[in-house]
Amino acid sequence: MNSSSGKSYMSTASSSVIWKAGGDVVADQFPAGLRVLVVDDDPTCLMILEKMLKACQYNVTKCNRAETALSMLRENRNGFDIVISDVHMPDMDGFKLLEHIGLEMDLPVIMMSADDGKNVVMKGVTHGACDYLIKPVRIEALKNIWQHVVRKRKNEWKDFEQSGSVEEGDRQPKQSEDADYSSSANEGNWKSSKRRKDDEDENDERDDTSTLKKPRVVWSVELHQQFVAAVNQLGIEKAVPKKILELMNVPGLARENVASHLQKYRLYLRRLSGVSQHPSNLNNSFMNPQDATFGPLDLQALAATGQLPAQSLATLQAAGLGRSTAKSGIPMPLVDQRNIFSFENPKLRFGEAQQHVNNNKQMNLLHGIPTTMEPKQLAGLHHTAQSMGNMNMPVLSHGSQSSQNNPLLMQMAQPQARGQMLNDSTVGLAPRLLSPMGQPMLSNGMATNVSTRNGVPENIRAPSYNPVSQTSSMLNFPMNHTSELPGNSFPLVSTPGISSLAPKVAFQEDVNSEIKGSVGFMPSYDIFNDLTQHKPQNWELQNVGMMFNTSQHSNSLRGNLDHTQSVLVQQGFSTGQNRNSTVISKAMFSAGDSTGHVNAQNGNQHLNSLFVDNTVRVKSERVADAAPANLYPDHFGREDLMSALLKQQDVIAPAENNDFDFDGYSIDNIPV
Amino acid sequence: MDRNRLHNQVASMRRSLFDQGYLDDQFIQLEELQDDTNPNFVQEVVTLFYNDSTRLIQNIEQALNSRPIDFCKLDDYMHQFKGSSSSIGAKKVTNECTAFREYCNAENAEGCIRSFQQVKQEHAILKRKLEVYLQTVTSFSNSMSCMETILSYIAYTIISSSLYIENMDKYGKLFGTTPQTELGVDKCLTTL
Repeated sequence: MNSSSGKSYMSTASSSVIWKAGGDVVADQFPAGLRVLVVDDDPTCLMILEKMLKACQYNVTKCNRAETALSMLRENRNGFDIVISDVHMPDMDGFKLLEHIGLEMDLPVIMMSADDGKNVVMKGVTHGACDYLIKPVRIEALKNIWQHVVRKRKNEWKDFEQSGSVEEGDRQPKQSEDADYSSSANEGNWKSSKRRKDDEDENDERDDTSTLKKPRVVWSVELHQQFVAAVNQLGIEKAVPKKILELMNVPGLARENVASHLQKYRLYLRRLSGVSQHPSNLNNSFMNPQDATFGPLDLQALAATGQLPAQSLATLQAAGLGRSTAKSGIPMPLVDQRNIFSFENPKLRFGEAQQHVNNNKQMNLLHGIPTTMEPKQLAGLHHTAQSMGNMNMPVLSHGSQSSQNNPLLMQMAQPQARGQMLNDSTVGLAPRLLSPMGQPMLSNGMATNVSTRNGVPENIRAPSYNPVSQTSSMLNFPMNHTSELPGNSFPLVSTPGISSLAPKVAFQEDVNSEIKGSVGFMPSYDIFNDLTQHKPQNWELQNVGMMFNTSQHSNSLRGNLDHTQSVLVQQGFSTGQNRNSTVISKAMFSAGDSTGHVNAQNGNQHLNSLFVDNTVRVKSERVADAAPANLYPDHFGREDLMSALLKQQDVIAPAENNDFDFDGYSIDNIPV
Repeated sequence: MDRNRLHNQVASMRRSLFDQGYLDDQFIQLEELQDDTNPNFVQEVVTLFYNDSTRLIQNIEQALNSRPIDFCKLDDYMHQFKGSSSSIGAKKVTNECTAFREYCNAENAEGCIRSFQQVKQEHAILKRKLEVYLQTVTSFSNSMSCMETILSYIAYTIISSSLYIENMDKYGKLFGTTPQTELGVDKCLTTL
């Protein structure tokens, strides 16, 4: 509706520049013209809000019924930038509306109520509201709602960037990357993020040309209902994208679309079941040594993060596998940052673009791990990660990577989703997840996570430090392994259970960051073999995790995600060679808890105490890195860019880009 | 002048409404939202509030009179009512609503009924006060334009009369006026 105003922003031409400058929106007109939809059954409040928003120079549409608001949003997906909704409404609960919007349109939603009780506010947060206003609403509170729009866009853009920059990173000289790697993993991450920004432009261009463009899939109500029917028919635990796709029998729908949507859906379900439980309980249950410092949000965030990394790992791996070694030159810094995002874009990983992205992502996953790792290596890494704890080395050495690239690719994508989910579940909802998901699944997921972690640190380490060669000075024990690592990782790829690997990959990222310090994973090829067996199961878990991840919209989750990741990593390592899924799961959970806690404190020490390895450390670092990243694969602010990069299943509404016509975001401005 | 008196009246009424706790800061927010594009914004909002709240009050009465009392529904209605009244800055009304909700949560029927009487009372008092206040405000702003109208009318009359006098001979021929008539006209003009 504000297309004209949107265009005006576009033409301002400052957005792209602004974006480059660090995402600060400096456009003259912004945030004027922000398209706001206000939903409230109270006519007095509605009138006052409308007047206030108009005074803020926003474009206001008001509606007094939630159903009307939903249909308005569905008709015009790109017509609004932000939604403000009351909590108490006669026809539909405000939280339900919030969930619908989040699932279908992924717009930022602000809740409002005269009720300022802690429980209600908490409910808003857990349902994914990006803010909560207490009535009476003052105009000052409304003046700043544009920040939520920017934040969301920025996060989506970041994800996009990551994938894009990963590609860009390949082209960049390795020296720069090496320089980045020389510093700590975190530093490398920061640098890569900066580099990422520089690469944005390049990436954009490259993305446009190199990636295939896939049309975004819009999950309309009917389509979603079909999807839900198919899932219910299959059973939530058995629902795999391929079967769902077959059941739905919708022409033009890709398995990737279904996979990402499934992930979101699972997250949504988990939240539904999880909301009833007190989040703190979850924390306590998991936190063994650590105090339950995680709030429910943390868990969710962690879960989300966990999911994302898994996804990105999967994608990266897939990319890595599918690609030739040419991509190995991806700068690590980029990778590190990408990791976070790569997780989020599982969908993006398919196809050529995916490969690119995956490669990059894989790099990212390996914090501090030289991006120069060949895709194969990455794949191998993933695999090694999967092997519980020690497989890295031996596994890596088996390298028939190329053959597995393809299968890995596909699997990776999925496992990532799962991995994330696992993360989520492990973090806070693990106990709950276990029940709905089925114990075996979860444990498998955990196991995979563990394995990935184990494998990853080793693998990753090598690359991070040596973009080109795997010799990593960082790795203590793996010194000898480093050279092998890349190769080792690939062998893993060849394992049939690639899917399971994917989630591991996610963890690898976490691990990678830690890898620097981690030592002492004894590669055991046996484990790797065992892991492969677990893979199929893990996949499911991962999907679940993914679901949760994607559905987590709130930014607060991000922080949690980090924890989640760390938790998973810890789990993986602690269990080490223990393939026992249950054990692993537990370890994961406890690790997660502790990790999360640790992460919060940046406390490698804790982790170390808990776990022998650096993996723990890796996690913390990873978490830190991941924290800033927005791990919502499905919510890409700039669809054009995203689709350009990744063309894969676009669960996200295609209109997302259009929604934001502000120059500040300049995603639209970027030539795709 | 009358205008000044009106102005003073408006200011003092407004001050007392705030001092006595009938209105709070939120009302000021509404006043600030009023501008040239929407000169009667406050009036409109207050009118809207009273129309809507009447409906809510009726619902609450009904719920209170029914047996058994549905406290959940009561709480819902009152929550809505509280939201509205706080949005326009009706401080006393909002406070009474909070008290009512406490009784409601305790499922104290007697307390609810008593408290609701308070709510209605405050609601009615504020309505009267706001009506008077807003009327005064309106007449003040009207008085401003009234003066302008009068002045412009006087100016118009003078100008047209002077024109007439200038062209008196012409008009005289048209109307067939005698010198006496002309004199009379002159007199009229001078008195003006």
